Parts: sequence; structure tokens; C-alpha cells
Amino acid sequence: MSATGIGASVKRLEDIRFITGKGRYVDDVNRPGQAFAYFLRSPHAHATIDKIDASEALKAPGVVAIFTGDDIAADKVGGLICGWMIHSKDGSPMQAGAHPALAQGKVRYVGDHVAVVIADTYAQARDAGEQIVVDYTPLPAVVDPAKAAEADQAQVHDAAPNNTCFNWHLGDKAATEAAFAAAAHVTKLDLVNNRLIPNAMEPRAAVGDYDSGTDTITLYTTSQNPHVARLVLSAFIGLAPEHKLRVIAPDVGGGFGSKIFIYAEETVCAWAAKKIDRPVKWTADRTEAFLSDAHGRDHVTHAELALDASGRMTGVRVHTIANMGSYLSTFASSVPTYLYAPLLSGQYDIPAIYAEVDAVYTTTAPVDAYRGAGRPEATFVIERLVELAARETGRDPAEFRRQNFVTQFPHQTPVIMAYDVGDYAQALDKALALADYKGVGARKAASAAKGKLRGVGFSAFIEACGIAPSAAVGSLGAGVGLWESAEVRVNPIGTVEILTGSHSHGQSHETTFAQLVSDRLGIPIGNVSIVHGDTDKVQMGMGTYGSRSGAVGMSAIVKALDKIEAKAKKVAGHVLEASDQDIEFKDGKFTVKGTDKSIDFGSVALQAYVAHKFNGQELEPGLKESAFWDPTNFTFPAGVHICEVEIDPETGVVKVDRYTAVDDFGKLINPMVVHGQVHGGIAQGIGQALLEGAVYNDDGQLLTASYMDYCMPRADNLPSFTIDTIETPCPSNPLGIKGCGEAGAIASPPAVINAITDALGHEDVTMPATPQVVWRATQKAPLKRAAE
Amino acid sequence: MYAFEYHRPTTLAGALADLENADAKPLAGGQTLLPTMKQRLASPSALVELSGVPELSGIARDGDAVVIGAMTRHIDVAQSPVVAGAIPALAALAGGIGDPQVRNRGTLGGSLANNDPAADYPGAALALGATIVTDRRRIAAEDYFTGLFETALEPGELITKVSFPIPQKAAYVKFPSPASRYALVGVFVAKTADGVRVAVTGSGESGVFRVDSFETALSANFSPSALDGLSVPADGLNSDLHADADYRAHLIGVLAKRAVAAAG
Ligand SMILES: Cc1cc2nc3c(=O)[nH]c(=O)nc-3n(C[C@H](O)[C@H](O)[C@H](O)COP(=O)(O)OP(=O)(O)OC[C@H]3O[C@@H](n4cnc5c(N)ncnc54)[C@H](O)[C@@H]3O)c2cc1C
Repeated sequence: MSATGIGASVKRLEDIRFITGKGRYVDDVNRPGQAFAYFLRSPHAHATIDKIDASEALKAPGVVAIFTGDDIAADKVGGLICGWMIHSKDGSPMQAGAHPALAQGKVRYVGDHVAVVIADTYAQARDAGEQIVVDYTPLPAVVDPAKAAEADQAQVHDAAPNNTCFNWHLGDKAATEAAFAAAAHVTKLDLVNNRLIPNAMEPRAAVGDYDSGTDTITLYTTSQNPHVARLVLSAFIGLAPEHKLRVIAPDVGGGFGSKIFIYAEETVCAWAAKKIDRPVKWTADRTEAFLSDAHGRDHVTHAELALDASGRMTGVRVHTIANMGSYLSTFASSVPTYLYAPLLSGQYDIPAIYAEVDAVYTTTAPVDAYRGAGRPEATFVIERLVELAARETGRDPAEFRRQNFVTQFPHQTPVIMAYDVGDYAQALDKALALADYKGVGARKAASAAKGKLRGVGFSAFIEACGIAPSAAVGSLGAGVGLWESAEVRVNPIGTVEILTGSHSHGQSHETTFAQLVSDRLGIPIGNVSIVHGDTDKVQMGMGTYGSRSGAVGMSAIVKALDKIEAKAKKVAGHVLEASDQDIEFKDGKFTVKGTDKSIDFGSVALQAYVAHKFNGQELEPGLKESAFWDPTNFTFPAGVHICEVEIDPETGVVKVDRYTAVDDFGKLINPMVVHGQVHGGIAQGIGQALLEGAVYNDDGQLLTASYMDYCMPRADNLPSFTIDTIETPCPSNPLGIKGCGEAGAIASPPAVINAITDALGHEDVTMPATPQVVWRATQKAPLKRAAE
Repeated sequence: MYAFEYHRPTTLAGALADLENADAKPLAGGQTLLPTMKQRLASPSALVELSGVPELSGIARDGDAVVIGAMTRHIDVAQSPVVAGAIPALAALAGGIGDPQVRNRGTLGGSLANNDPAADYPGAALALGATIVTDRRRIAAEDYFTGLFETALEPGELITKVSFPIPQKAAYVKFPSPASRYALVGVFVAKTADGVRVAVTGSGESGVFRVDSFETALSANFSPSALDGLSVPADGLNSDLHADADYRAHLIGVLAKRAVAAAG
């Protein structure tokens, strides 16, 4: 392994730029003559818009234009879309209410977009916005997803009776019923997966810029997938044809899923820039981010696990109500369906699984993918069930898991997924050792002596990422394919530019992708640059989410590098006067087999461009290749996380005392970067378990609309993590990579809650397990359990 | 933020003159006022920045009291040897306010003028029996805190300094709100020659308050066990997302015992 090659913990090349304030984000983009947009937002959760009077506002200083939904519709620019079709049990398509970029006739959540004011300065736009008079007739809010489908609730969309978007299911119902009928023990749980607000450090922003000379719109936007944004804005929203629309996502300060989606504000900035023939800029303030970024999770679930007398898991059945919010966001429908139920088998060999999901509309912000997207919800269900089943039947939670682990691969679950490879017992053993599981009893006694409660909780998670084989997702309703593209441009002096359809917004691609290239071509890592995030530079790509950039994005680079090597060998053959079949490429050198005749990579690059040594008709000059990689399977990262908490029963404060994670991400490109991803993921998962929760009151007002009330995890909420990996290389991609971006957030919530419920001796704890929640739970007596 | 005029006087008299305009507001550390203005929840016609007025800052021992200028920042109180020697609980309290940025800007006067029900200083001022000194009078802490974000200050009246009597023993225990890290409940216990005073911040429907029953019990026996069996009624306490009144009432009892233990 070279110092900068695959497997080396190379320090992030992008860090100098970021930590010295030289990152270039959308808000740093300023176009000559730009105007600023202010979005007038609904103060009501649910209301009809009876009249919008902007006459005074239009006269305010600096105002250029004020637009409403009717203006956009008049230009035949369509509404926002959901790109994944789900069919209900009865075969009917999901009921998607219209989603205009600016509301038409009705507002459906606090923060919904009512009008846009464009002025010379942002302050002027905002001042003018306050002078717009909107007549609303308030309607009752629909806030509780568990009740949204009931007959007495207000209707969010006429198109979706009973506020129901779809009633979907997966699995074999009859086989599952039979498993439960024959069960020796059934464990039952009611669970709420709390609603989260993503809180990327950089708020969303957009600059629309129109060139009337070429009739081209350029949109700078905070996107995880600028090409998908262009596709949607062009083909579905109808803003401009693709060749007249350039989307640039420069440095992006975190996304966690929330910047996958195509939002109203960026659509309006791009549209309005052409309309007024002036650049239009908008940057969200933090309140707007809380109100209008797509939220995550928000499931209400009843789940059951069947066991036979020997402790084998024989069936799982789950009913989930998924809150979609007020509109279907770009990929919202896929999250509680195909990203969720197919993971309900966990790491276990379970013959029968049946899941039903009712997706409902409420008058709250749209809900879509958030770090892990569906898989944290599934892991929470299965790992809470498994832990409880162990407790109820007097089994050790580690050994009960081990007894049920999948051990033969490939393994076809009853819910779509074919696990390719893994070694769950190895991860468990390593985690048990690192967590000093044997010492738990002594530590519990020591805590008890101090008047504290100690508990330990497991989470043996699995996820499906490396998203995803295009044909497979197409058959499940996706509107796009999920391959990735790469182009390798070798310059005449042998430096290399990699153009990728992946997008880095914290994932370190500038480092890890360069490591791959440096390793493969034997050139210094500093000779490689990674180009991404601009539809004029990178032809097409599917972006970054679902832990796909390594498994899918880097695989495309490998494929393009294969072509580069083949072409370069031909060039080298001509230079060295040998057949390309006789050329070996190693450590950056092309050598004629069995001789000492060789030429280095940079010289071959130059020869490819000067084209003096070969016939340009027989071999094309230049050294540039591209490739698309469409994966053959999902990848299946898995691992075992063990959390140990200590609770102060007087105050309810939970201290996460120890946190151990042993993960299998397949081959690691950069262990330090992987650890960083795991750290961040665990922090977010502990945030979900203990601290974070979006709360709407009965009127649909968001009570947690600032950091005064929405609690993000901070360093002092977290212990030092003990992190390790095992490695079973993924067979379905050339690098053996599985993906690590979401694992921490997927695994950790059940580990934390399992630890808390272990300490308390009962299951009545909801997330976030704040001091108040836990103190109240300490007032309830522990349950008598089989083992005790 | 709406447009406003900006003044930076260099004398107290100049500041008071600038404040004669009814819609003018003094600007101290700006940690509350500026965010409120940015959110357009406050729109003063003028800001009168006090940082140029030298007589408003400083910490000095004055007989049996520590006197702290209104413009003294939290960080200066936290690091002051004078405060640490005389009222270590007050230094610790200041060191626990917000984060380093907030402590480097926020001031004692700004905090007391604002009287946020979740702020820390009101607990210290009430428990220690402080005197709030203004440009025109001296106000006892008992008379100063009049409700949520309400004080006895008149329009245009400036806090110039605060005099904290030195107790025999004192401690402040804060239970921070998980999100904001302001006091969800904070209990300041002070043992003085005249008896024990217990002030609770973060909890009361009308702001900081004293707990007579705790004071009586602790005046007789200054030990945590003196509070066994005593509690504060939930009635009159705040209920919000993070803590309902019952939980707050429970925490007040727990923290009061911990404060007594910490005071030693
Ligand atoms: C992130 C954050 C966290 C915080 N955490 C805490 C915490 O944990 N505990 C806590 O107690 N506080 C906390 N605060 C509040 C902070 O510590 C300040 O005490 C508070 O913001 C007010 O002080 P200031 O100097 O910033 O006043 P300003 O914001 O400048 O002024 C506040 C108000 O007081 C008026 N005023 C200022 N000085 C005077 C004066 N001398 N006479 C009369 N009126 C005056 C102003 O006109 C204004 O109305 C926090 C603040 C922030 C931003």
C-alpha cells in the first residue's frame, strides 16, 4: 500500500480550503446585477388563500417584481414532482396532491410558499414582503399521522381522500400469519420513530442567472445531485430544455439527504431570473431551514416478532403509518416503502415477513430521505423487537442474535433483498470484546452503588446501499436509473482530471477518489483533481445519497480507468515498439514484458497527445475515456453496535458512557474518512435517540423552529467512540466497497434505546429520550422478566 | 433587521441623553437584542452602544459586597479573582452561561435588564439579595424582578452596576435545557448571617422566585437532608416542550439539595 493509495488514511485534501474559509458555496456566488428573492411564507398550517394584494408592496423601494403561483402556472411551468411511483395493495397508483412551487389557492403547512418578492436588496425584498396582504381562511390542521386518515380530519388534498397517499404492502401475508399462528412466543411493540430536521450546516441557497443572448439559464444551487435537479427542472417542471439549463452545485456544506430534493425556492429563482432578465439570489435563513427543508423519519409502527420454542425467529409483521407531510417531496414515497420494509429481515434468517405501510398527508413540512432513509426506521423496528424478545424469553441478547444470524451467502430474504456476503458473528465477537461485555455486570453494580442505573443495548444492523441496480429500482417504481458515470481526462503532461456524477458535500471525494486514481495510475495524488457538481462539465450523473458514491461512483471511475489503461498500453506499445499485448502496467510504468524497456505514465500521456509515434487513423490521439457503471446488486454493510448508558434517576439525565461499533463496509479506501463518517452517523443517531425531535402543536405551528428548542447533538453529549471494522469484500463491485455514509445513523438509535430500556427494566421510553421522558420512565416499576 | 440610528456615547451623561428618545435602546453585549432585531421582533429607532462608557465596567470589592459594573462581561466575572475569592458561586455561574462567544460579549447589565426567565444571573441576584444600581436609584432585587422579561426599570433608565453582598456560603446548580442550555431549572442557595436564601430561575411562570419553605428549613439546618420531604408545588411553574411543571417542581427539590451539598 502506498502512502496515498487505497487503504491509506490520507488527510483530507479539501480540508485546507474549508478550514481557511476558502470554500466556495452558493451564497458566495454573486452575479452582476443580481436581485434578491424573499419568500412570503404561510403563517397557517392549513388555509385557503382568498386574496393576495401586493399593490402596496409593489410600490416599496427597490422592488423589481412580485410573483405568485398563478404567475408561474401562466408560464406553463409545472409543479414539483415525486419521482417514485408506489402502488397500493389494490394496485391503484399513489394519490399525489399537486405541489405548486408557489401555493395556488391553499397553503398546507407553516412555511409554505405564498409569493416571492424580488428586489434590489434582500432587506428591501423582505420589507416589501411584509406589506403584502393575504386573506386566508384558516382550516383545521392535521398534525398527528396516526389520526390523519380518520374520517373527521380536514382534507389536505382533494386528490387524496382520507389524507391517504397509499396503502402499500410487502411480503407474504399468509405465510406470515401461519408463522404467528404456530409461534411459541410473540413479542409486540408499539414504536414511534421521531420526526427529525436535517440541519445541514449550510442552509439551502440558489442563484438563478439567465443569459438572454443564448437563452440559457444557469442555476447555482445547494444540491447533492445537480444532474437530477436539471433533469427534473427540465423534463418535468418544464423550466428549459436540458441543453439550455446548466445546474451548478459548488461546495455544499452538508446535505444528509435534505439537498437531494428539488425545492420550490431554486425552481422559482431559476424561473424568475429569466422572467425579469436579472440574476435572482436567495439564501435560507435558519428559520426557513427549520420550516421548509424536507424533514426525516416520522413513523408510527406496531411490530411483532414470532419465535419458535427453540428461539428461532419465524416471522415478523409490521404495520407502519408514515407521515409524508403536506406534499410528496422528490423521493418521499420510496423512503417508507422500498428503502424500509426490505430491511426488516435484519441480519437474521427469518422465513416469513409481512409489512403494511399507510402513507398519510398532514399539514406539516414534507418528509423525505434523511441520512439512512427508511433503513434507520427498519433497523429501529427489528432491533428493538429482537432485544425485547431476548428479554422476554430470558435469552442473552447477543447469543439470541447469533442463533438467528444469516450464515450462508448469498441469502434471499422474504422481502426482496439478496444478501451477498457478510460475517455477522465475527462482528459480534469483536464488538463484545471491545465493549467488554463480560464486565457489564460489574459496571452495573458500580453504578447501582452510586444510585445510578446502567444498561447495555445492542444493534446488529444491516442496510442496503450502493443504490442501486437501475432495472431493479425501475421495476419498483423509480423514475430514474441509479447508475453512475465517470470520465477520466489525462492531460498531456500526465495530470488527471476525474469528472464524476457523484457529489461531495462532506464525503471527502476529493481525497478518496484521488487515492483510487493515484493507486491505479501510479501517479502522485497531487496530480489528480476531482471535478463534480456542474452539468456543463460532467455530462450526466445521479449524485450522492444512499452511500452510493464509493460503491457506484468509484466503480464507474474504475471502469473508465480500465479503458485508459488499455488505450495507454497501445500508445506505449507504439513508443516501445512492442505489441500492446506485451505491455505491462505497474507502479506508473509501462514495460515490455521480460525486458527493461519502459516508459512512465506521464510520457505515455504526452505521446498520446503529440501522436508522433502512431498512425492517427489507426489509433485515435488523446487519452480520455468515460464509463457508466450500473451495479448488479445493492451492497449490504452490516455491523454490531453496543451502547452502554448510565442514568441519573433523580433527574432523568442519560449519559452515553460507552459506544462500540464494529462495522463491515467491505474494502476501505481511507480508514480515517470511514471513521469520520461513522462518527458523524453515530452522533446523528444518538441525536435522534436522546435529543432531536420536531414538534408541531395542534395548530400545526412548528414549536422546534430554532436551536433554542431543537436540540442538536454536541460534543459533550457523546463519549469517545470505540470503532473498528471487519472486512468481507463486496462481490458486486470491482473495489469490494459496501458504503459507510449512513451506517452510524442507522445503527445507533436502537442501541441507545435498548440500553436505556435495559437500565429501566421496561420498554416505555419514546425518542427523543430527553431527561424529562426518562425521569418519567423511572417512575414506573421495572417489569418482572423470564430471566430474573 | 429594520433600519435604526446608532450612537456610541463615551460618557454616562451622553448615553442618558441619547436614550431620551423613547424608542432608543441601550446596546450592551447584543447577545439578546441583536438576534431579536434580526428576527424583526424588535425595532428600536436607535441603538445606544454602551461599550464606550468606561464607568459602566469593572469589578471591585466594596466592604461586604462585590460591585460589578453593568457592562462587565460574563467572561470577566467568571475569571475575576475578586469574585472567585468572595463569591465563587457567582464566578461559576457566569462561567456556565452560554458558550465562549456569548460569555465574551454578554454582560451582567444586559442579562438583568432583559430578565429572561431562563437566565442565570437573576437567580444569583435574588438569592444574594443584590442591589441593582441605576443612573437614578438603587433597587433591591426583591423589587427589581417584576415578571417575565419585566423589571422595575423605567424607560430610559440604565443599570450602572450591581452590588452583591458576600454570603458565608453559596452555590448555584443549573440544569441546562438540552437544546438552548439556558436554565431549565437553576437553584441558587446562599447562606448569610441573616439566614438562608433560595432562589429559583428557569421555572416560574413570572420569573425568578424564592422558596420560603426551603429557606426556613435550611436556616435551621444547612444540610441537604433538611429538605427531605419538602417540595415546591407545580402550580405556578412553567410547562413547555422540555419540561412540564411537575418535572420542574421535582428538579427544584433535587437541585436545591445538590446546591446545599455543593455549598458545603
Ligand atoms: C447562544 C446564547 C446562549 C445563551 N445562554 C445563556 C445562558 O445559559 N444563561 C443566561 O443567563 N443567559 C444566556 N444567554 C444570554 C446572554 O448571556 C446575555 O446575558 C443576554 O443576551 C443579555 O446580555 P447582553 O449584554 O448581550 O445584552 P443586550 O442583548 O445588548 O441587551 C439586552 C437588553 O437589555 C437592555 N440593556 C442592556 N444593557 C442595559 C443596561 N445597562 N441598562 C438597561 N438596559 C440594558 C438592552 O436594551 C436590551 O433590551 C445566551 C445568549 C445566547 C445568544
